[in-house]
Amino acid sequence: MVTAVHDRRVKISITLLRILIGWHFLYEGIVKLYNPEWTSFGYLASAQGPFKSIFHSLTSPSLIDWVDNLNVTALLVVGITLILGIFEKKGALVGIGLLSLYYLAHPSLPGIQQINVEGNYWLVNKNLIELVACIVIYNYPTARFFGLGHFRKGQLTKKQ
Amino acid sequence: MNWTRRDLLKGLGGLPILGAVWWAGAASVVNRKKKRSEILNQLNISPSLPHAVPGIGGDPVKVGIIGFGIRGEQLCRSLGFATSEWKEEMKLAAEEDPNNKALEDFLAQDKLNVNLAGICDVFDVRAEKALQSFSTPENKIKRYSTYKDMIMSGEIDAVVIATPDHWHAPMAIEALNNNVHVYVEKPMTHTVEETYLLREAAKNSKATLQVGHQHRQTLSFRTARDIVEKGTLGHVSLIQTNTNRNDDNGAWNYDIHEQANTQTIDWDQFLGSAPKVPFNKNHFFRWRKWWAYGSGLSGDLLTHDYDRLNCVLNMGIPDAVSASGGIYTHNDGRNVPDVLQVNMEFPGFSTGSSQSKGKEKGMTFCYSASLGNSFNRPTILMGHDATMELGNKLTIWPDVASTRYADMLETEKMRPHIPIYQYNPAANVPDAISSATSQYFADKGLMWTYIDGVRVDSTFLHMREWLSVIKNGGEVSCGIKEGFEEAISAHMAGLSWKLGKRIEWDSENQVLKPVEGVNFDEVLLFNGKWKVPTEVLEG
Repeated sequence: MVTAVHDRRVKISITLLRILIGWHFLYEGIVKLYNPEWTSFGYLASAQGPFKSIFHSLTSPSLIDWVDNLNVTALLVVGITLILGIFEKKGALVGIGLLSLYYLAHPSLPGIQQINVEGNYWLVNKNLIELVACIVIYNYPTARFFGLGHFRKGQLTKKQ
Repeated sequence: MNWTRRDLLKGLGGLPILGAVWWAGAASVVNRKKKRSEILNQLNISPSLPHAVPGIGGDPVKVGIIGFGIRGEQLCRSLGFATSEWKEEMKLAAEEDPNNKALEDFLAQDKLNVNLAGICDVFDVRAEKALQSFSTPENKIKRYSTYKDMIMSGEIDAVVIATPDHWHAPMAIEALNNNVHVYVEKPMTHTVEETYLLREAAKNSKATLQVGHQHRQTLSFRTARDIVEKGTLGHVSLIQTNTNRNDDNGAWNYDIHEQANTQTIDWDQFLGSAPKVPFNKNHFFRWRKWWAYGSGLSGDLLTHDYDRLNCVLNMGIPDAVSASGGIYTHNDGRNVPDVLQVNMEFPGFSTGSSQSKGKEKGMTFCYSASLGNSFNRPTILMGHDATMELGNKLTIWPDVASTRYADMLETEKMRPHIPIYQYNPAANVPDAISSATSQYFADKGLMWTYIDGVRVDSTFLHMREWLSVIKNGGEVSCGIKEGFEEAISAHMAGLSWKLGKRIEWDSENQVLKPVEGVNFDEVLLFNGKWKVPTEVLEG
């Protein structure tokens, strides 16, 4: 019994984590989706660290629209899958990919001036922590516990 | 299927969360947009579009270059001609720093219908450099030993004058008298008398004169004019413009060429109307430091800021000018000041008022310059209702005590520290409320404007306009009226500094009010302190 209760607590905690991360991604995606003037140009143009030239090259006029659309789509995909609890592993992977890019574009490396950040970071920043949280979600799916995954076979409450 | 309530809760519990987040995100954006459009509607500002310039058709315009120094080379690049040395240098610069787009921009520049036909420079090395770079078997460029030879040759349609200031007017007048078109660098003239003579020559000539204030092509300044005309700022009582430089180049200590000597430089021709002094390399390459050839901060850099604002406000010549300053940062034998403050008074000028009639009238234009500090002080127009920062980017903040925006400030639709309008042509989006990312696009230079988000050399646009008017007729942006106002205002500043007196303009008679016992042009040229240097300085 002790393990069952413990298991349930872990499930609830990770489900909560999943919903909140989904919430965060979805809100970011929606705000950008409804604002046609939004562009990732500034974020990419100010990229720092070892991969800055790659990020700078994404700001070229022929690419930037694609980059913007892909970013919004990916944000929405992560948000919807994690909140609804469907294809959550795929959603978590997309989230890991996006967060890696965000982290690499503005890494918290010593000697790099941090732009537009509200705290102080050394190597680890909030993007990296959220990324690891997505790894947890990937490895510990909870959609069957709470989410559309619950309707899959064998999950429904047994009727007396 | 038999689903229990518990199943539905566990299975569909995410849906209301999804709906709520979606709604909240959409509502916040829509709400923000609504607020912004309310402010934008109230301001009713429309960003200016570039002029449609009629094409430069027919035979190419045969252009002669007079003066192929630093600025002369830049002007040639705007015309589409870069020296091989420069191209090589920029290629290396781009390899070192991929952000250096000078060569890429030059190669992408539209070709103008011009034929570089002649070159005139008193320094052999420079003239040869132009010939080697631009003369081809199909298009031989001729070197003329004097500007008169070039103008009288009949083989030149138009001249570009990029010489020391004391040569601007004599050359421009000679060209205009012979109906040769003129593009002349600023300041347009070196003395008060010349300013009138050049105006006369321009009026009587069939040729087109363009003064080299290329920033008149900058779209943000045209938008700024719209902003001021719509009363967005209310009554502007004070303008602050500044020059801040702190390096040798900025203080006009340019390199002295190793091959410069009496054999390679036609010294007498360089001197022209200037006092006859022995050959002096320092004077030749760093002429901006002496009144005999240049015009100091007031002619060199104040003119940029004055004309920028005259382009936005059309305020004309000030009623009075007082200046102060000195040689405080580069005491190296120069006789032009390196720290200078100029106050220009426009007591009758108004940009409109939101308060009771007659309460507000008059404006001071304050120029402050130092060649010993490079802290960037922006150009600011200070009005009763709002403050505008003027550059390639425009930003407007409402004033806390504004009459016009009182209601919007009261209801917190506007806040004094948050811009109500930002024009950022590089971002390609006029933005009512500034965002952190849009800050990255800031560019304050006089060199560039943005058309559809693409950086364009404004000197190229200025020259293209001049060539188009030559071919098709019409008006140039910086013709004799603008040039006259610029030159007189600059001379007033120079005179005021030299005499330590307030210099006044009689607008009715279009003359400077005389100061007893003073010949203005003698003061401008010699200052009574002119000493003939006896030693030849070695670079």
